[in-house]
Amino acid sequence: MHIVVPVKLVPDLVEELVIDASGCALDPDTLRLQLNEFDGHAIEQAILLKERGGGQVTVIAPDLEGVDDVLYTAAAKGADRLIKLCDHFGQAVNNHAMARAVAEVIKPLQPDLVLTGVQSHSDLDGSIGPLLAGYLAMPYVGYIAGVTLSDGRATVRKEYPGGLVAELEVTLPAVLGIQAADQPPRYVAFSRIRQAMKSATIEEQTVAALDTSGGPAVARMYKPEVAARATMLDGKPDEVADQLVALFRELGVL
Amino acid sequence: MSQDIYVVIEHLRGQVADISYVLCAAARQLAAASGGQVVGVLLGHNVQGLAQDVAVDRLLVMDDPQLADFIPDRYQQALAGLLSAQAPRVTLFGDTSIGAELAGGLSVQLGWPLVSYCRSVRADDGRLLYISQLCGGKVMAEGEIPAPHALLAMVPGGFQAEQGKRTSPPPVETVASAAVGGRITLKQYIEPESGDVDISKEAILVSVGRGIQNADNIEMVQELAAALGGVVSASRPVVDQGWLPTTRLVGKSGKRVKPRLYLALGISGAPEHAEAITDSQTIIAVNTDASAPIFDIARYGTTLDLFDLVPALTEKVRQAKQ
Ligand SMILES: Cc1cc2nc3c(=O)[nH]c(=O)nc-3n(C[C@H](O)[C@H](O)[C@H](O)COP(=O)(O)OP(=O)(O)OC[C@H]3O[C@@H](n4cnc5c(N)ncnc54)[C@H](O)[C@@H]3O)c2cc1C
Repeated sequence: MHIVVPVKLVPDLVEELVIDASGCALDPDTLRLQLNEFDGHAIEQAILLKERGGGQVTVIAPDLEGVDDVLYTAAAKGADRLIKLCDHFGQAVNNHAMARAVAEVIKPLQPDLVLTGVQSHSDLDGSIGPLLAGYLAMPYVGYIAGVTLSDGRATVRKEYPGGLVAELEVTLPAVLGIQAADQPPRYVAFSRIRQAMKSATIEEQTVAALDTSGGPAVARMYKPEVAARATMLDGKPDEVADQLVALFRELGVL
Repeated sequence: MSQDIYVVIEHLRGQVADISYVLCAAARQLAAASGGQVVGVLLGHNVQGLAQDVAVDRLLVMDDPQLADFIPDRYQQALAGLLSAQAPRVTLFGDTSIGAELAGGLSVQLGWPLVSYCRSVRADDGRLLYISQLCGGKVMAEGEIPAPHALLAMVPGGFQAEQGKRTSPPPVETVASAAVGGRITLKQYIEPESGDVDISKEAILVSVGRGIQNADNIEMVQELAAALGGVVSASRPVVDQGWLPTTRLVGKSGKRVKPRLYLALGISGAPEHAEAITDSQTIIAVNTDASAPIFDIARYGTTLDLFDLVPALTEKVRQAKQ
């Protein structure tokens, strides 16, 4: 069982987001990138499947700031092979371009299963999973929380609103969009990541010129204009608590 | 090529999803500018009588036992045939567990561009524009909806469902199904667990997010909820960690809630959470990040650390009740 997990690095939303001088993109110099949260779940799911049934896990990431940490952390968790996609990863990359590039890298690996995070918060042209499945001519199912494998098939739990779950069977090879791994992503101590830095190798693969067709152009990017922001309550905890109690009374909940 | 705007009507187990009406409202706006019609597409089996109130000019119904349940590859093939033959200007999907994967798959199969996280649309001088919400709602991106064909995956928030309803049933046309598939099959549905409480019916919700840090801290919040006579609900990370059961999940994959008071503690207000709390009478948010999107929908807020505020608040509420 060969499981491939292509991941994305996305802006950390805790940092302030700055729009660049062109007014139609985020300023790359001020962004702090981090692993897309749901890709973290995809890596975890891949490793859980490997631990249960054996196999190999390959993680693929574009060469952006912080990529080595992301890859070595995956190795410390149990990933076997690390691939860094080099060149051409500037601002203009969209998911169509990424999916085309990643598909070319994945094809020769002949995986049984490709796991991606179900979405990331910067997917302006759709999440990468269904696009990748299209380019690889594999079936895709997304919004998955729960995967088991047997006899060349994956049995997956697809989530619908309100807690309804559909259990679907998918013929492998397939691409799955992971919403949540069977268990929350594991924590690895920094010492183990440091060990991985010494023992694991990151393979570099150069990708051909990126083809961004299939995504929209952005004419303007801006912070949302808010109709009415919250009235902020200031003071020490006791003082704010008093104000809140008064509010609760006003609202008739106390 | 036509100037029509197509809407893929989403439904699950006999019920049209709210997002379908939002799509119709957006489609009406686009059609007014493109000069085409709004055309609904309903895929399913025994779906006569469903979607009689969607604000479309025509409803195309593809009825096929193979389409009785949402099976991604079958639905995609069925739509690919129809859309490539009709070549509408724009086709709208929900950015949901049904629409998002159809739109992505079709974008590759048909070679038509896709815009997702689309919250609103407008026309400017005959050009059709999308407005998408990125970075958890912290940034908006705007641009032209690519021509001659494009797919749009929409999130709620920009249009009211009511704007996408009509009172008289639309004219219905039956179309032949081209559903093929075979690599994905449905085994069964697993019903949501029924919990001790139904958060969608509670008047006071004290809701916790990742800011609560660990399972042990949940107790503190439970005490506040008890003092207020309410119950504890949560955002997704809290439920994924197993700190609270799924029945307490508020959001896109959980429940929509409409309490008199929604007290959000350490919740950022990501779109998937925010969309389910907008019917609350009053939202009060506690979050150390002054730029957290939750403050855009809350009526009151404070940037105090929840660990400082919650014990003090619980005490004051208890005193007030005596
Ligand atoms: C398909 C899909 C469906 C989803 N469905 C849902 C859903 O149903 N419900 C849902 O909630 N999410 C859902 N999500 C996840 C959603 O995108 C967000 O990841 C999630 O809502 C974030 O939860 P949070 O606000 O608790 O965590 P975070 O976004 O991490 O926010 C934590 C917040 O706590 C604040 N904080 C930290 N420490 C403190 C402190 N001491 N005091 C005060 N504040 C503090 C931080 O400033 C931060 O804003 C879904 C995602 C996807 C992709």
